[in-house]
Amino acid sequence: MSRRGGPPEVNAGSMADIAFLLLIFFLVTTTIETDAGLDRMLPPMEPPEDNVVIKQKNIFTVNINKSGQLLVEEELTNLKDLRSKAMAFLDNGGDGSCNYCKGRRDESSSDNPTKAIISLKNDRETKYGTYITVQNELVGAYNELRNREAQRLFGRDFTDMEAEFLNPETPSSIRDDLKGKVQRIQELFPQKLSEAETSTSN
Amino acid sequence: MAKFTKKKDGDLPAVSTASLPDIVFMLLFFFMTVTTMKDSSLMVENVLPNASEVKKLEKKDRVLYIYVGKPTRDYQKVFGTEPKIQLNDKFANVTDVGDFILEERAKKPQELQNVLTTALKVDKDASMGLISDIKSELRKVNALKVNYTTYEGDAFRNIQ
Repeated sequence: MSRRGGPPEVNAGSMADIAFLLLIFFLVTTTIETDAGLDRMLPPMEPPEDNVVIKQKNIFTVNINKSGQLLVEEELTNLKDLRSKAMAFLDNGGDGSCNYCKGRRDESSSDNPTKAIISLKNDRETKYGTYITVQNELVGAYNELRNREAQRLFGRDFTDMEAEFLNPETPSSIRDDLKGKVQRIQELFPQKLSEAETSTSN
Repeated sequence: MAKFTKKKDGDLPAVSTASLPDIVFMLLFFFMTVTTMKDSSLMVENVLPNASEVKKLEKKDRVLYIYVGKPTRDYQKVFGTEPKIQLNDKFANVTDVGDFILEERAKKPQELQNVLTTALKVDKDASMGLISDIKSELRKVNALKVNYTTYEGDAFRNIQ
Protein backbone atom coordinates (compact mmCIF):
# COMPACT_ATOMS: atom_id res chain seq x y z
CA MET A 1 0.00 0.00 0.00
CA SER A 2 1.15 3.51 -0.67
CA ARG A 3 1.89 5.46 2.51
CA ARG A 4 3.71 8.17 0.69
CA GLY A 5 1.22 11.04 1.15
CA GLY A 6 1.19 10.88 4.92
CA PRO A 7 -1.86 9.63 6.87
CA PRO A 8 -5.05 9.20 4.81
CA GLU A 9 -7.54 12.06 4.85
CA VAL A 10 -10.62 11.68 7.03
CA ASN A 11 -13.79 11.96 5.03
CA ALA A 12 -15.60 15.04 6.26
CA GLY A 13 -18.51 14.73 3.89
CA SER A 14 -20.99 13.91 6.62
CA MET A 15 -19.93 16.81 8.82
CA ALA A 16 -22.53 19.04 7.17
CA ASP A 17 -25.26 16.53 7.91
CA ILE A 18 -24.31 16.39 11.56
CA ALA A 19 -24.22 20.18 11.82
CA PHE A 20 -27.59 20.46 10.10
CA LEU A 21 -29.03 17.99 12.55
CA LEU A 22 -27.80 20.09 15.48
CA LEU A 23 -29.04 23.28 13.84
CA ILE A 24 -32.51 21.87 13.32
CA PHE A 25 -32.60 20.62 16.90
CA PHE A 26 -31.82 24.09 18.23
CA LEU A 27 -34.28 25.74 15.86
CA VAL A 28 -37.07 23.52 17.12
CA THR A 29 -36.39 23.62 20.86
CA THR A 30 -35.60 27.29 21.31
CA THR A 31 -37.46 30.54 20.92
CA ILE A 32 -36.31 34.09 20.54
CA GLU A 33 -37.60 35.22 23.88
CA THR A 34 -39.47 38.48 24.29
CA ASP A 35 -38.39 39.43 27.74
CA ALA A 36 -39.26 43.08 28.01
CA GLY A 37 -42.37 44.71 29.34
CA LEU A 38 -43.98 47.24 31.62
CA ASP A 39 -43.10 46.77 35.27
CA ARG A 40 -45.87 47.47 37.73
CA MET A 41 -46.41 46.99 41.44
CA LEU A 42 -49.81 45.79 42.59
CA PRO A 43 -51.23 47.31 45.75
CA PRO A 44 -51.09 45.06 48.81
CA MET A 45 -54.30 43.32 49.84
CA GLU A 46 -54.75 45.08 53.18
CA PRO A 47 -55.62 48.72 52.83
CA PRO A 48 -53.51 51.04 54.99
CA GLU A 49 -54.87 51.52 58.51
CA ASP A 50 -55.15 55.26 58.61
CA ASN A 51 -57.65 56.72 56.22
CA VAL A 52 -55.65 59.20 54.22
CA VAL A 53 -57.66 62.07 52.88
CA ILE A 54 -56.60 62.99 49.38
CA LYS A 55 -57.79 66.19 47.83
CA GLN A 56 -59.80 65.69 44.69
CA LYS A 57 -57.55 68.05 42.75
CA ASN A 58 -54.56 65.80 43.41
CA ILE A 59 -56.21 62.87 41.67
CA PHE A 60 -56.07 62.46 37.91
CA THR A 61 -58.80 60.03 36.92
CA VAL A 62 -58.58 57.92 33.80
CA ASN A 63 -61.52 55.71 32.88
CA ILE A 64 -61.49 53.26 29.99
CA ASN A 65 -64.80 51.93 28.77
CA LYS A 66 -65.44 48.64 27.04
CA SER A 67 -65.04 50.01 23.54
CA GLY A 68 -61.69 51.55 24.40
CA GLN A 69 -62.76 55.17 24.81
CA LEU A 70 -61.07 57.30 27.43
CA LEU A 71 -62.60 59.57 30.01
CA VAL A 72 -59.87 61.72 31.51
CA GLU A 73 -60.91 64.10 34.29
CA GLU A 74 -64.57 63.77 33.20
CA GLU A 75 -63.65 64.65 29.64
CA LEU A 76 -63.67 62.42 26.57
CA THR A 77 -60.07 62.31 25.41
CA ASN A 78 -58.16 60.91 22.50
CA LEU A 79 -55.53 58.38 23.49
CA LYS A 80 -52.87 60.43 21.76
CA ASP A 81 -53.51 63.38 24.08
CA LEU A 82 -53.31 61.34 27.26
CA ARG A 83 -49.57 61.66 27.70
CA SER A 84 -49.51 65.45 27.43
CA LYS A 85 -52.50 65.77 29.78
CA ALA A 86 -50.89 63.50 32.36
CA MET A 87 -47.65 65.44 32.11
CA ALA A 88 -49.42 68.75 32.54
CA PHE A 89 -51.14 67.38 35.64
CA LEU A 90 -47.99 65.94 37.21
CA ASP A 91 -45.83 68.93 36.42
CA ASN A 92 -48.39 71.47 37.60
CA GLY A 93 -47.06 72.36 41.05
CA GLY A 94 -50.16 74.23 42.18
CA ASP A 95 -49.12 75.25 45.72
CA GLY A 96 -45.70 76.56 44.72
CA SER A 97 -43.76 74.09 46.88
CA CYS A 98 -42.22 72.44 43.85
CA ASN A 99 -39.27 74.41 42.59
CA TYR A 100 -38.42 72.19 39.64
CA CYS A 101 -41.88 72.08 38.12
CA LYS A 102 -42.43 73.88 34.87
CA GLY A 103 -46.21 73.57 34.74
CA ARG A 104 -48.88 76.24 34.74
CA ARG A 105 -49.17 76.38 38.57
CA ASP A 106 -52.91 76.05 38.23
CA GLU A 107 -54.66 76.24 41.61
CA SER A 108 -57.28 73.71 40.61
CA SER A 109 -54.80 71.03 39.52
CA SER A 110 -52.23 69.03 41.48
CA ASP A 111 -50.25 70.66 44.32
CA ASN A 112 -46.94 68.87 43.95
CA PRO A 113 -45.66 65.91 41.92
CA THR A 114 -45.12 63.99 45.14
CA LYS A 115 -48.81 64.33 45.99
CA ALA A 116 -50.21 63.79 42.53
CA ILE A 117 -51.93 60.46 42.01
CA ILE A 118 -53.13 58.95 38.77
CA SER A 119 -56.13 56.73 39.20
CA LEU A 120 -56.79 54.25 36.44
CA LYS A 121 -60.06 52.44 36.14
CA ASN A 122 -61.11 50.04 33.43
CA ASP A 123 -64.09 48.01 32.38
CA ARG A 124 -64.10 44.23 32.48
CA GLU A 125 -64.59 44.13 28.75
CA THR A 126 -61.79 46.52 27.91
CA LYS A 127 -59.32 44.94 25.53
CA TYR A 128 -55.93 44.18 27.00
CA GLY A 129 -54.20 45.92 24.10
CA THR A 130 -55.98 49.19 24.89
CA TYR A 131 -55.15 48.86 28.55
CA ILE A 132 -51.46 48.39 27.77
CA THR A 133 -51.50 51.43 25.51
CA VAL A 134 -52.93 53.53 28.34
CA GLN A 135 -50.42 52.13 30.83
CA ASN A 136 -47.65 52.82 28.34
CA GLU A 137 -48.72 56.43 27.92
CA LEU A 138 -48.91 57.00 31.67
CA VAL A 139 -45.51 55.42 32.27
CA GLY A 140 -44.26 57.46 29.32
CA ALA A 141 -45.50 60.66 30.95
CA TYR A 142 -43.53 59.86 34.10
CA ASN A 143 -40.47 58.88 32.10
CA GLU A 144 -40.47 62.09 30.08
CA LEU A 145 -40.63 64.22 33.21
CA ARG A 146 -37.96 62.13 34.90
CA ASN A 147 -35.76 62.37 31.83
CA ARG A 148 -36.12 66.12 31.88
CA GLU A 149 -34.99 66.35 35.50
CA ALA A 150 -32.21 63.82 34.99
CA GLN A 151 -30.93 65.82 32.04
CA ARG A 152 -30.95 68.96 34.16
CA LEU A 153 -29.23 67.39 37.19
CA PHE A 154 -26.95 64.73 35.73
CA GLY A 155 -26.91 65.42 32.00
CA ARG A 156 -28.29 62.08 30.89
CA ASP A 157 -31.63 60.34 30.50
CA PHE A 158 -33.29 58.69 33.48
CA THR A 159 -34.43 55.67 31.47
CA ASP A 160 -30.86 55.19 30.31
CA MET A 161 -29.50 55.38 33.86
CA GLU A 162 -32.16 53.02 35.18
CA ALA A 163 -31.49 50.47 32.46
CA GLU A 164 -27.80 50.54 33.29
CA PHE A 165 -28.55 50.28 36.99
CA LEU A 166 -30.80 47.25 36.49
CA ASN A 167 -28.42 45.52 34.12
CA PRO A 168 -26.64 42.78 36.11
CA GLU A 169 -23.54 43.13 33.94
CA THR A 170 -22.87 46.66 35.14
CA PRO A 171 -19.95 46.73 37.59
CA SER A 172 -21.06 47.33 41.15
CA SER A 173 -19.02 50.52 41.55
CA ILE A 174 -20.97 52.19 38.76
CA ARG A 175 -24.17 50.69 40.07
CA ASP A 176 -23.69 52.18 43.54
CA ASP A 177 -23.15 55.57 41.98
CA LEU A 178 -26.27 55.24 39.83
CA LYS A 179 -28.43 54.03 42.68
CA GLY A 180 -28.40 57.39 44.41
CA LYS A 181 -29.09 59.28 41.23
CA VAL A 182 -31.94 57.00 40.20
CA GLN A 183 -33.51 57.26 43.63
CA ARG A 184 -33.19 61.02 43.66
CA ILE A 185 -35.06 61.33 40.37
CA GLN A 186 -37.67 58.84 41.52
CA GLU A 187 -38.30 60.98 44.58
CA LEU A 188 -38.85 64.05 42.44
CA PHE A 189 -41.54 62.32 40.41
CA PRO A 190 -42.73 59.27 42.36
CA GLN A 191 -44.88 56.93 40.32
CA LYS A 192 -48.24 56.91 42.03
CA LEU A 193 -50.53 54.97 39.81
CA SER A 194 -53.53 53.55 41.56
CA GLU A 195 -55.71 50.94 39.94
CA ALA A 196 -59.18 50.60 41.28
CA GLU A 197 -61.21 47.42 41.03
CA THR A 198 -62.74 47.00 37.62
CA SER A 199 -66.30 48.05 37.16
CA THR A 200 -68.85 45.77 35.62
CA SER A 201 -70.54 47.18 32.59
CA ASN A 202 -74.23 47.75 32.68
CA MET B 1 -11.69 20.09 -33.15
CA ALA B 2 -9.98 17.66 -30.96
CA LYS B 3 -10.06 20.18 -28.19
CA PHE B 4 -13.86 20.34 -28.13
CA THR B 5 -14.39 16.62 -28.11
CA LYS B 6 -12.08 16.31 -25.21
CA LYS B 7 -14.12 18.71 -23.12
CA LYS B 8 -17.39 16.96 -23.86
CA ASP B 9 -15.97 13.81 -22.44
CA GLY B 10 -15.70 14.92 -18.82
CA ASP B 11 -18.71 15.42 -16.52
CA LEU B 12 -19.47 18.71 -14.81
CA PRO B 13 -16.90 19.39 -12.12
CA ALA B 14 -18.32 18.69 -8.66
CA VAL B 15 -19.14 21.78 -6.60
CA SER B 16 -16.96 21.84 -3.57
CA THR B 17 -18.99 21.43 -0.41
CA ALA B 18 -16.02 21.61 1.86
CA SER B 19 -17.13 24.94 3.37
CA LEU B 20 -20.71 23.82 3.93
CA PRO B 21 -20.04 22.56 7.47
CA ASP B 22 -18.49 25.90 8.35
CA ILE B 23 -21.52 27.79 7.12
CA VAL B 24 -23.91 25.52 8.96
CA PHE B 25 -21.88 25.73 12.15
CA MET B 26 -21.98 29.50 11.89
CA LEU B 27 -25.78 29.37 11.69
CA LEU B 28 -25.87 26.92 14.55
CA PHE B 29 -23.81 29.15 16.82
CA PHE B 30 -25.93 32.14 15.89
CA PHE B 31 -29.11 30.37 16.94
CA MET B 32 -27.50 28.95 20.05
CA THR B 33 -26.51 32.39 21.27
CA VAL B 34 -29.62 34.44 20.45
CA THR B 35 -32.26 31.99 21.57
CA THR B 36 -33.20 30.39 24.84
CA MET B 37 -34.70 27.02 25.61
CA LYS B 38 -38.45 26.84 25.53
CA ASP B 39 -39.71 25.68 28.89
CA SER B 40 -43.33 25.06 28.05
CA SER B 41 -45.17 24.77 24.79
CA LEU B 42 -47.86 27.34 24.23
CA MET B 43 -51.43 26.14 24.15
CA VAL B 44 -52.90 29.61 23.79
CA GLU B 45 -52.62 32.24 21.12
CA ASN B 46 -50.13 34.75 22.36
CA VAL B 47 -49.80 37.87 20.27
CA LEU B 48 -48.45 40.34 22.79
CA PRO B 49 -49.31 44.03 22.62
CA ASN B 50 -46.69 46.65 21.78
CA ALA B 51 -45.29 49.21 24.19
CA SER B 52 -42.49 51.70 23.95
CA GLU B 53 -41.63 52.38 27.62
CA VAL B 54 -40.42 48.85 28.30
CA LYS B 55 -37.91 47.58 30.78
CA LYS B 56 -35.87 44.46 30.19
CA LEU B 57 -36.64 41.46 32.35
CA GLU B 58 -33.25 40.45 33.66
CA LYS B 59 -32.47 37.21 35.44
CA LYS B 60 -34.70 34.47 34.14
CA ASP B 61 -34.62 32.51 37.39
CA ARG B 62 -36.62 35.20 39.18
CA VAL B 63 -39.53 35.21 36.79
CA LEU B 64 -42.75 33.20 36.84
CA TYR B 65 -44.80 33.15 33.68
CA ILE B 66 -48.54 33.21 33.27
CA TYR B 67 -49.95 32.93 29.77
CA VAL B 68 -53.41 34.12 28.81
CA GLY B 69 -55.16 33.95 25.48
CA LYS B 70 -57.55 32.07 23.26
CA PRO B 71 -56.80 28.34 23.06
CA THR B 72 -55.01 27.45 19.83
CA ARG B 73 -56.96 25.74 17.10
CA ASP B 74 -56.15 22.22 18.27
CA TYR B 75 -57.64 22.92 21.67
CA GLN B 76 -60.60 25.02 20.61
CA LYS B 77 -62.84 21.99 20.19
CA VAL B 78 -62.36 21.03 23.81
CA PHE B 79 -61.88 24.36 25.53
CA GLY B 80 -63.85 26.79 23.36
CA THR B 81 -62.66 30.14 22.13
CA GLU B 82 -62.86 32.20 25.31
CA PRO B 83 -59.47 33.35 26.63
CA LYS B 84 -57.98 30.89 29.11
CA ILE B 85 -55.07 30.87 31.50
CA GLN B 86 -52.13 28.56 30.91
CA LEU B 87 -49.85 27.69 33.82
CA ASN B 88 -46.85 25.57 32.93
CA ASP B 89 -48.26 23.03 30.51
CA LYS B 90 -51.94 22.99 31.30
CA PHE B 91 -55.01 25.16 31.26
CA ALA B 92 -56.09 26.48 34.61
CA ASN B 93 -58.83 28.44 36.30
CA VAL B 94 -58.40 31.80 37.95
CA THR B 95 -58.59 30.15 41.34
CA ASP B 96 -55.51 28.03 40.56
CA VAL B 97 -53.26 31.04 40.03
CA GLY B 98 -52.63 31.62 43.71
CA ASP B 99 -51.69 28.00 44.37
CA PHE B 100 -49.45 28.00 41.31
CA ILE B 101 -47.55 31.06 42.51
CA LEU B 102 -47.12 29.63 46.01
CA GLU B 103 -45.95 26.31 44.60
CA GLU B 104 -43.45 27.88 42.23
CA ARG B 105 -42.23 30.23 44.90
CA ALA B 106 -41.55 27.33 47.25
CA LYS B 107 -39.40 25.71 44.56
CA LYS B 108 -37.09 28.73 44.34
CA PRO B 109 -34.14 29.20 46.66
CA GLN B 110 -34.84 31.08 49.87
CA GLU B 111 -33.05 34.27 48.90
CA LEU B 112 -35.02 34.65 45.68
CA GLN B 113 -38.46 34.06 47.15
CA ASN B 114 -39.04 37.71 47.94
CA VAL B 115 -37.78 39.17 44.69
CA LEU B 116 -39.83 37.15 42.22
CA THR B 117 -41.57 38.86 39.34
CA THR B 118 -44.70 37.51 37.70
CA ALA B 119 -44.61 38.02 33.96
CA LEU B 120 -48.06 38.21 32.44
CA LYS B 121 -47.94 37.17 28.82
CA VAL B 122 -51.37 38.11 27.65
CA ASP B 123 -52.79 38.09 24.15
CA LYS B 124 -53.78 41.59 23.14
CA ASP B 125 -57.34 40.57 22.35
CA ALA B 126 -58.03 39.18 25.81
CA SER B 127 -60.44 41.16 27.94
CA MET B 128 -59.43 42.93 31.12
CA GLY B 129 -61.93 41.07 33.29
CA LEU B 130 -59.79 37.96 33.37
CA ILE B 131 -56.64 40.01 33.94
CA SER B 132 -58.26 41.79 36.87
CA ASP B 133 -59.19 38.45 38.38
CA ILE B 134 -55.60 37.27 38.01
CA LYS B 135 -54.34 40.46 39.56
CA SER B 136 -56.56 40.08 42.60
CA GLU B 137 -55.37 36.46 42.95
CA LEU B 138 -51.78 37.68 42.81
CA ARG B 139 -52.51 40.26 45.47
CA LYS B 140 -53.96 37.56 47.71
CA VAL B 141 -50.69 35.62 47.67
CA ASN B 142 -48.64 38.81 47.93
CA ALA B 143 -46.99 38.47 44.53
CA LEU B 144 -47.07 42.17 43.88
CA LYS B 145 -44.34 42.63 41.33
CA VAL B 146 -45.80 42.08 37.89
CA ASN B 147 -44.48 42.66 34.41
CA TYR B 148 -46.85 43.01 31.50
CA THR B 149 -44.68 41.43 28.85
CA THR B 150 -44.92 43.24 25.54
CA TYR B 151 -43.14 43.59 22.26
CA GLU B 152 -41.11 46.71 21.83
CA GLY B 153 -42.89 48.97 19.41
CA ASP B 154 -45.40 51.72 18.95
CA ALA B 155 -48.15 51.37 21.54
CA PHE B 156 -50.76 52.89 19.27
CA ARG B 157 -50.62 49.86 17.01
CA ASN B 158 -52.58 47.98 19.69
CA ILE B 159 -55.78 49.90 19.10
CA GLN B 160 -56.02 49.63 15.36
